[in-house]
Amino acid sequence: MSDHNQDRQGEAPRWLDNPGNVKKLLWLLAAIGLALFATDALYHKHVHFQAESVFGFYALFGFGAFVAIVLAGKYLRKILMRPEDYYDD
Amino acid sequence: MMIEFNPGLIMIIGGLFVPLLSGMGRRVLLVALPVAGLAYTIALDPGMSQTTDLFGYTLELLRVDKLSLVWGYIFHIAAFLGVLYAIHEDDPLQGTMAQLYMGSAVGAVFAGDLITLFIYWEVTAISSVFLIWATGTERSFRSGMRYLIIQVGSGVLLLAGAILIVADTGSIAFNHIGIDSLGGKLVFLAFGIKCAFPLLHNWLQDSYPEATVTGTVILSAFTTKLAVYALARGFAGTEVLIYIGAAMTAFPVFFAVIENNLRRVLAYSLNNQLGFMVVGIGLGTELALNGTASHAFAHILYKALLFMSMGAVLFRTGTVKASELGGLYKSMPWTATFCIIGAMSISAFPLFSGFVTKSMILTAAAEEHRWIIWGVLLMASAGVMEHSGIKIPYFAFFAHDSGRRVKEAPINMLLAMGITAALCIGIGIYPDPLYAILPFPVDYHPYTTGHVITSLQLLVFAALAFVWLTISGLYPAETPSVNLDFDWVYRKLLPRFVGWLKSGISEIDRSGRETLLGIVDDIMAFVHRHHGLDGTFARTHPAGTMVFWAVALLGLFLVLYLIA
Repeated sequence: MSDHNQDRQGEAPRWLDNPGNVKKLLWLLAAIGLALFATDALYHKHVHFQAESVFGFYALFGFGAFVAIVLAGKYLRKILMRPEDYYDD
Repeated sequence: MMIEFNPGLIMIIGGLFVPLLSGMGRRVLLVALPVAGLAYTIALDPGMSQTTDLFGYTLELLRVDKLSLVWGYIFHIAAFLGVLYAIHEDDPLQGTMAQLYMGSAVGAVFAGDLITLFIYWEVTAISSVFLIWATGTERSFRSGMRYLIIQVGSGVLLLAGAILIVADTGSIAFNHIGIDSLGGKLVFLAFGIKCAFPLLHNWLQDSYPEATVTGTVILSAFTTKLAVYALARGFAGTEVLIYIGAAMTAFPVFFAVIENNLRRVLAYSLNNQLGFMVVGIGLGTELALNGTASHAFAHILYKALLFMSMGAVLFRTGTVKASELGGLYKSMPWTATFCIIGAMSISAFPLFSGFVTKSMILTAAAEEHRWIIWGVLLMASAGVMEHSGIKIPYFAFFAHDSGRRVKEAPINMLLAMGITAALCIGIGIYPDPLYAILPFPVDYHPYTTGHVITSLQLLVFAALAFVWLTISGLYPAETPSVNLDFDWVYRKLLPRFVGWLKSGISEIDRSGRETLLGIVDDIMAFVHRHHGLDGTFARTHPAGTMVFWAVALLGLFLVLYLIA
């Protein structure tokens, strides 16, 4: 647990420090996503369940499940969140 | 002819010599024991066995088959990596207890009967608590006590169940048990506690984040996976496990989203991963059980890797709270890289270990036409991407720069993380050696076009959802906090109830005494009225005064006698 805060003066900015570069990465991710979504048209999906044959099913499911989980967690916080020292008495 | 004995004994007996050595000698011994254990385990062949008779029962001290070997291999690998990660520490107590703990976990896996299993089961509980207590805080002490009570309780249930099973069947052999008999139910519950079934799970999230930097890495590998092994051995194909497992994959996901302590996030994530394995055991098909065994193997590695990376962060910065971290990739680039490899492995990206193991369980669920279970597992997979794939690396190493500039992790930690990361990628790229050691012949091909594309779609769109939620400000901010979970029942509600009970009992006691004294007063007044100086009896009987006092004295004697 040493050197908590070494001197940051004169530190060269990193590539990721530039918001423009982060934006580029995010656009790249979006482009990859779009390409993957479109890929469903290019191959025959072997499915176990009807739902899987929906175009882009896994993409939609991944996006939807992720948003649902995070938003559910956010509301769960209203019920479950307590100050850090809640159990320290 | 090889001498056959339980390979767990190598680390158990060897571990006892750890305190006798110091410096380099101790370090060499600590690393040599798991290596020797692994070498010996590799030399074992299915069918080997060692038995001894005790009080008319046959104890099978060593039972080697394909199922126990999978766990035997991975436990030794995890032991080696855990010890290497901790080798910079000069703590003979932790070193010894870790060896006892790891050795007894191996011992339990190779135990062929319930009594031998019980003994190793309890040793894992008692030795491992020292890895929590070694933190040395009041908080870790109390957390360790709760852990110990629950773990030992699991052992007591196991013993009780074993006794009933022996009474029923006359055999102490540890084979398929099933939940039909009462003994079977008790053993099931004992395994369920150690496996962190829903509502029995909180010891895990309570204690693992309180253990030492290195202790958590070691703890994460053994206890729960021993329980998975025991369930696979005793309860394969037990329908209820499918539902228990599905619930286990789902509910920790929500807690992981809102948890601020990143080691606790990993504990929830561990719980969620166990769920996949439990579903596999419940399905009970060859594909499902292969999935469980291989997923346990892969999971031990990537989960240890994630705990190692967060341990390194804790070691260098003194905190693993998401609200206090960020930007650490600048000063801990190697740790960040290894963490991302662990994150991609657990998220089941193609070319990483989770991809070739978890999918066997999902496919097995689909082949059994269990579409709800399959949907829950798929949802939980998106959840894994959230809490372990993105949250852990993002909030520790990227996000908002906390301004912390620290040293990179010590060389031995980096080495341990590097080897573990290499194994995660190795299994992902070339799963055949892992498939070869599974309990049943493997006819499964993870790298089909459909599997690769659908997995990438799920994961990339989950990542896009994270981007959208973050940019739109919908993603909940990391806040210093604790979140209530089931442990609230025994950490708050039960103590409150006991306090209420205590004050209730003393209230009843007090009013009871008052009533009793009132009755005695009334009787005395009655006696006085009739036998007193002016009483009816006193008037008609002049000797009444004497009689009254005689009676009063006798009464006093009686009371004194009763009190004495």
